[in-house]
Amino acid sequence: MESSASFSPSSCSPRSPNPNPNLDQQPRLTITLLEQLKVEQKVAEIYGLLNGVSAHARSLMSELRRDKHVEFLMRGLKQLGPSYHVLDANRPWLCYWILHSIALLGEPLDTELENDVMDFLSRCEDEDGGYGGGPGQLPHLATTYAAVNTLVTLGSENALSSINRDNLYKFLLRMKDSSGAFRMHDAGEIDVRACYTAISVASILNILDYELVKDVGNYILRCQTYEGGIAGEPGSEAHGGYTFCGLATMILINEADRLDLSSLLDWVAFRQGVECGFQGRTNKLVDGCYSFWQGGVLALMQKLLPVVDKQLTSSSVSGESSLGSTCNIKSSDLAGQGSGKLSDVGFSFIKRHTESVPLFHTIALQQYILLCSQVLEGGFKDKPGKNRDFYHSCYCLSGLSVSQYSWSKDAGASPLPTAVLGPYSNLLEPIHPLYNVVLDKYHMSHEFFSRS
Amino acid sequence: MSSSSDDDDRIPFSRRPEWSDVRPVPQDDGPHPVVPIAYRDDFRETMDYFRAVYLADERSSRALYLTTEAIEMNPGNYTVWHFRRLVLEALNVDLHEERDFIDQIAMRNPKNYQIWHHRRWIAEKLGPEAADKELEFTKRVLAYDAKNYHAWSHRQWVLQSLGGWEKELDYCQKLLEDDIFNNSAWNQTFDFGLSYNQEYSKVRYFVITRSPLLGGLQAMRDSELSYTIEAILANPQNESPWRYLQGLYKGDTDVLVSENQVSEVCLKVLKIDHSCIFALSLLLDLLCYGFQPSDELKGVIEALRKSEPASSDDKLASTICSILEIVDPMRSNYWAWRRSNLPSKAC
Repeated sequence: MESSASFSPSSCSPRSPNPNPNLDQQPRLTITLLEQLKVEQKVAEIYGLLNGVSAHARSLMSELRRDKHVEFLMRGLKQLGPSYHVLDANRPWLCYWILHSIALLGEPLDTELENDVMDFLSRCEDEDGGYGGGPGQLPHLATTYAAVNTLVTLGSENALSSINRDNLYKFLLRMKDSSGAFRMHDAGEIDVRACYTAISVASILNILDYELVKDVGNYILRCQTYEGGIAGEPGSEAHGGYTFCGLATMILINEADRLDLSSLLDWVAFRQGVECGFQGRTNKLVDGCYSFWQGGVLALMQKLLPVVDKQLTSSSVSGESSLGSTCNIKSSDLAGQGSGKLSDVGFSFIKRHTESVPLFHTIALQQYILLCSQVLEGGFKDKPGKNRDFYHSCYCLSGLSVSQYSWSKDAGASPLPTAVLGPYSNLLEPIHPLYNVVLDKYHMSHEFFSRS
Repeated sequence: MSSSSDDDDRIPFSRRPEWSDVRPVPQDDGPHPVVPIAYRDDFRETMDYFRAVYLADERSSRALYLTTEAIEMNPGNYTVWHFRRLVLEALNVDLHEERDFIDQIAMRNPKNYQIWHHRRWIAEKLGPEAADKELEFTKRVLAYDAKNYHAWSHRQWVLQSLGGWEKELDYCQKLLEDDIFNNSAWNQTFDFGLSYNQEYSKVRYFVITRSPLLGGLQAMRDSELSYTIEAILANPQNESPWRYLQGLYKGDTDVLVSENQVSEVCLKVLKIDHSCIFALSLLLDLLCYGFQPSDELKGVIEALRKSEPASSDDKLASTICSILEIVDPMRSNYWAWRRSNLPSKAC
């Protein structure tokens, strides 16, 4: 059985301007409205093609071009053109975007290539800990995250044991600022990405401790805005990427209940628009990469609903941090009973049975990814009219996986065909949403790093 | 962006006499590198020379010049930027000149983390005297892209660290006049007010909550409320002022509930556009906070209920969720969840 049902949003949407002549004057067409209308038109043309064709044809149109994607990804792994020089300080990221995409597609990697990846990343590893953007570059938290996630994705004992965890731990401590937040690199910028990449790496490598966690939650709390989402820095605007980073960090350090989760949930639920994909900020354009950043937040929220419920029914509905800034809340809801080890949080989180249905339109999101972001020759893009790239390929595929598995009660359990848009062969590998690595690979690394 | 333009007259380092004593250091990519980039010759050579001076920790004028070339080819290389700052400090370079360099490069790469970080570093060193220039610079970037995330973050940092609040509300006002859908400008205004109460405190939101001049959120609330209501009525489909309105009462839901104008604006909008998601959603929140609905409001909501009449003991909040499930199919799961998790005090 194939699910070829498509989604057509109603004419009433939060993002169409839908000007009402009865209310004052017609709204002036501002830049925001003009850009939005252009995108809506392009998307409508694409979805228009779905009308009036047979279910079989619709299913074909929604088919994931696995072979083409693998071809595009493998080519990039082996050779990149001169224009990629602008990503010369992001090469572990390129490894992660490509290899995680390949893993999501369930494609094996031959040993030789695996060794080449390990060898290359070892040249990016700093002798005092952490990984830089290329051989000989300063260690950087974001590329450290990318390198560690790549090695976890490779999954072999060799790959996992190649990481010098003692030095990595020291590097993470050196990046910790007195405020509790993290710097991207020596004397680098402080923001929510830095906090997430540091905590995620420490968590997955089983080296997360109180020293690293101290006060980072306070910093993230200061970044939650009046809209409900989380900003890159205190005072900035709520943003999908930072909201993912902030929420995942808070979960990993067991302090998610300090956030105003109901307003966060409300904000993120409203980010899915008429185009069926997600936007990153209020009144901004849809972009395929937010399929993961926002879709991932919603997948995390789905498991946090008991905590949201508790916040809603408790007296302080406002969510203001009436909880003192220094108190360290033990959220037994999350970590499971009696678990005192922070590094277990990621493991117990994924083991939690999901009681609720997904909180977003999972079929609509798959429709946007497959029809608007997918490039038939391989790869994915931000939106119609843009070019494909490895970043969007990684985060469109990650978002696709999240939406396919959102109806599963237990992590990684095969979804019903109705949960998967297009042919069932579109089904990707499931991920661990806190780290964004393929679930099997996560389990292998968890076992490996628990031993040592 | 490519480094290929106007390269014809570029002299390779290997042919420049002032570099004759330096042995370039090639990148250690290994025998079978993955994600290898087919560097152009000029790029490769520049980076080879950069590695040489970086490894030798040579903090010299020629090293500074070399980082300029390397940055122009790839402004995303944070190692080059980091080394450049070390050189600038060692040479005690006039940072006003450095700022001019950043001016040009930032206008071409407005979404690059490193450039903004470098800019903040310069402004921090120059102190309050830098405030005007920094505000003016972000204004220029925002004139191209009024939602540039980095520019707004930088602007907020400047206001909080160096000052310059006096004209900020006017500036936000102007951006909102240009584009009332600009959520970044709403965000900026908010922070203006908080700063009074908490020494510092976003863009519309930023200014209101953080400016030391405006008396804080409470003092500004009345005028902000009327501004926001006006924006909502002019365009009820604009999410920004709806979220802003709730933000004005963040942590103060009792006041939100008791403010008649809030429920009135919802009612006004619903009378004309009965499926306005934002109005329904705000009413739902009000009810969850303990708001007591008027008979008129109950009547309007009951009239919107299209399907089967629910049992009489249904809460109004529950009815609104049911309506939202139908008029907002994208979020029907969310509204169903809300319906089954209404707080006990919701009416």
